[in-house]
Amino acid sequence: MAVAPAAWAGAFTPEAGGSPNADEIDRLYRIVLYIAIPIFLIVEGTLIWSLVKFRERKGGPAPAQIRGNTPLELGWTIGAAVILVVIAAVTFIYLGDIKNPASSGPAGLASGVAVASLDQPAPPSDGGKSLEIEVNGQQFVWRYDYPGEQIFSYYEMVVPTDTTVTLKIRASDVIHSWWIPELGGKADGVPGHTNETWFKIPEPGVYRGQCAELCGEGHADMRAQVRAVSPEEYTAFVEERAQEIKEAQEGLAEQRRERATEEEEVE
Amino acid sequence: MATTPEHAARISRLQQARPEVVMHGLREEPRGWLAWLTTTDHKRIGIMYLFATFLFFILGGVEALLIRLQLAVPDGTLVTPETYNGLVSMHGTTMIFLFVVPVWAGFANYFVPLMIGARDMAFPRLNALSFWLLAFGGIAFYGSLFFEPPGAGWTSYAPLSDDAYLPGGGVDAWIFLIHLTGLSSLVGAINFIATIHNMRARGMGWGRMPLFVWSILTYSYLLVAALPAIAAAVTMLLTDRHFGTDFFDANGGGDPMLWQHLFWFFGHPEVYIMILPAFGIISEILPVFARKPIFGYKAIAAATVAIAFLGLLVWAHHMFTTPTSTVVLVFFMMSSFLIAVPTGIKIFNWIATLWRGSIMMKTPLYFAAALPALFVIGGISGVILAVFPVDWQLHDTYFVVAHIHYVLFGGSVFGIFAGLYYWFPKMSGRMLSEGLGKASFWVMFVGFNLTFLVQHSAGLSGMPRRIYDYPESAGWWGFNLASTIGSFLLGIGVMMSVVNVIVSIKKGQKAGNDPWKGNTLEWFTQSPPPENNFDVVPRVRSVEPMKDIRREVMKGAEPAGTVAQPVASGT
Ligand code: HEM
Ligand SMILES: [Cu+2]
Ligand SMILES: [Cu+2]
Repeated sequence: MAVAPAAWAGAFTPEAGGSPNADEIDRLYRIVLYIAIPIFLIVEGTLIWSLVKFRERKGGPAPAQIRGNTPLELGWTIGAAVILVVIAAVTFIYLGDIKNPASSGPAGLASGVAVASLDQPAPPSDGGKSLEIEVNGQQFVWRYDYPGEQIFSYYEMVVPTDTTVTLKIRASDVIHSWWIPELGGKADGVPGHTNETWFKIPEPGVYRGQCAELCGEGHADMRAQVRAVSPEEYTAFVEERAQEIKEAQEGLAEQRRERATEEEEVE
Repeated sequence: MATTPEHAARISRLQQARPEVVMHGLREEPRGWLAWLTTTDHKRIGIMYLFATFLFFILGGVEALLIRLQLAVPDGTLVTPETYNGLVSMHGTTMIFLFVVPVWAGFANYFVPLMIGARDMAFPRLNALSFWLLAFGGIAFYGSLFFEPPGAGWTSYAPLSDDAYLPGGGVDAWIFLIHLTGLSSLVGAINFIATIHNMRARGMGWGRMPLFVWSILTYSYLLVAALPAIAAAVTMLLTDRHFGTDFFDANGGGDPMLWQHLFWFFGHPEVYIMILPAFGIISEILPVFARKPIFGYKAIAAATVAIAFLGLLVWAHHMFTTPTSTVVLVFFMMSSFLIAVPTGIKIFNWIATLWRGSIMMKTPLYFAAALPALFVIGGISGVILAVFPVDWQLHDTYFVVAHIHYVLFGGSVFGIFAGLYYWFPKMSGRMLSEGLGKASFWVMFVGFNLTFLVQHSAGLSGMPRRIYDYPESAGWWGFNLASTIGSFLLGIGVMMSVVNVIVSIKKGQKAGNDPWKGNTLEWFTQSPPPENNFDVVPRVRSVEPMKDIRREVMKGAEPAGTVAQPVASGT
């Protein structure tokens, strides 16, 4: 079982490191975990202690005939409730930073479009523009539509670094779930609905994920990848894609014309 | 240790304190196959339930081991993706609808009438009907193996489960299973409710009812509350699939979210339907083996009812990643937190029951004490999952698979095994082997933790659930290999108990009426009990009627207030 140490580092906490929302979720998780560990130890400790210490022994003390203890019982009820109130409070503290898109950094893409969405507050306007990409889940591939005219790609999403990217997530057949662990939580694409999430990647790099909702035979192979590149490279990518798509469409139109003429000749 | 005459007299009085109940004028027990097929005796129906559900447990277990074999190494090639989805769907559905939910009906059928001092269930023939509905539900479902098993998981989310995506008959077989087992549970639940409300022994007020009976009463009310939602949902799915409706089809104006709400409105109460009776069983076992009264009887009974009520209000915590507004998510986070409070109370009460006891270290206690030890891990992971921003990372990953199994296997199944070891002597008249029982326990305990502890890590490292393979580069290989090894240990541990049952049923040591010195009335009658259960039922004066009876017999008196019941005169 030769597992690389890198694999073990993430064995106790969620994946993070690609985007601020993922990092905040990781922090929130850790706080809840640190509250849980002592509770776990107390419960298991007293349980094991009781099982060892209070075994039936020859000449041991008679079992104590206690039926309850109201102050004690009230105490642990209130204790449990207080702990949960604390966890709720911590969640609310972190929620904003997880849910609301951060602002793009100074090194981000300058020419993005500002977005305002339904449920999700728009990124603060001071940090420059953000980029909205439409994600569409289909059996068994992800399609991305970029802002601008007719620019799309499958499987790999290319985004500029230091730029807030907001995602509109939809699905055209069954339910799929968009998830790149290091870039934050998942968001289901449900036919007939639009879901939202966001990320902001500081450094160039490649982040991998896959569909997280059972969507049929190809579910395990419905992978996704986000490649963060510098804003200049992103602009170049968009232009290149536009060219490619245009050529492909022209090629298609050409083929159609040819076929039409062929058919005419046959008649 | 010198035996004083006083001590010897005490011992002999104690032995007398195991009441021998003599039965008069009973008709002869019917024999042979037909007697089983046509029985309406709650005990025989109970045994048939237990037998059938354990068969399904073995089937579901084989499916689980095939899943684990496929995932043991990256890029597994044992099964195709279609087969894998079939295995996952069959496994989950079998374990929930054909094992854990009905196994409680099995135990309850056998023991609720005995524990409340009744001679049968309120509606014996309805009782037979619920068993046969279950059996036919199982057969209809497993029939799909011969054409095409369902492939949308035990949750059958629409629109994947719609005919456009899964046209084969598997999903239809699944729908019929839900209907048949649902009717079975509903009929059974009504029967339990009627029995528990009306047929308790004299003196057994609500405050003296055994906690297992409390849990079955709550289980029954929850079934009645939750089942209509899923019955409606699968009927709508059936018409969507075959009769052109579009309840769940966004293209026709329907909504896939509707399925999820209906499913989980049933699905979350269902998880409490599966765990509350296990809580009930160990609330019986721990005091008996610690030789102490249960700590906080009222708190435990109240917590049971509170959990059931709150359990109806948390369903959308299974839908945190769907397009749903934040206030709704907050509500369901808070309600899920709330339910953790009564659950925690129970754990504390059990530990306090063991505290300062004089614990008999017998196999039923091993399984019963393992329940809180393992369930607390599932409870904690449940609270972590209820923090919805954290759930955005963990939903639909192996972390959730680990959570499910700590609560359902570590909770429900260890509770089922505790019940099996505790009550087998009553059902068969013979003891299970202690040596083999403890060995089985330890192999199961180690195997279970090896299988499922590492799955938390797999999920945290990004492994989604319900995938048939994964690349080596994903880094999940170590967790999966460990999990597969653990699952085979777990399987061996389970089989050791199966062997124990098969061997002991003929060769086990004779149990006598009351081998554990129990607290409740099932130990008052013979093992196995005669067809009419009791000739006489003692008047109940506390939550521990058998303790009172032993005390009175020790004082040399007849158990006071014993009321005669008419002798069975053949039905
Ligand atoms: C402390 C109490 C509990 C809390 C707070 C809790 C919370 C949760 C949450 C939030 C989820 C959704 C996870 C996700 O899919 O992302 C979940 C899933 C689940 N829980 Fe619990 N849970 C608790 C107890 C139980 C119990 C007692 C059982 C059953 C005996 C149970 C069985 C399940 C099952 C079967 C699922 C997964 C369903 C599926 O997606 O297939 N839970 N739980
Ligand atoms: Cu998928
Ligand atoms: Cu739930």
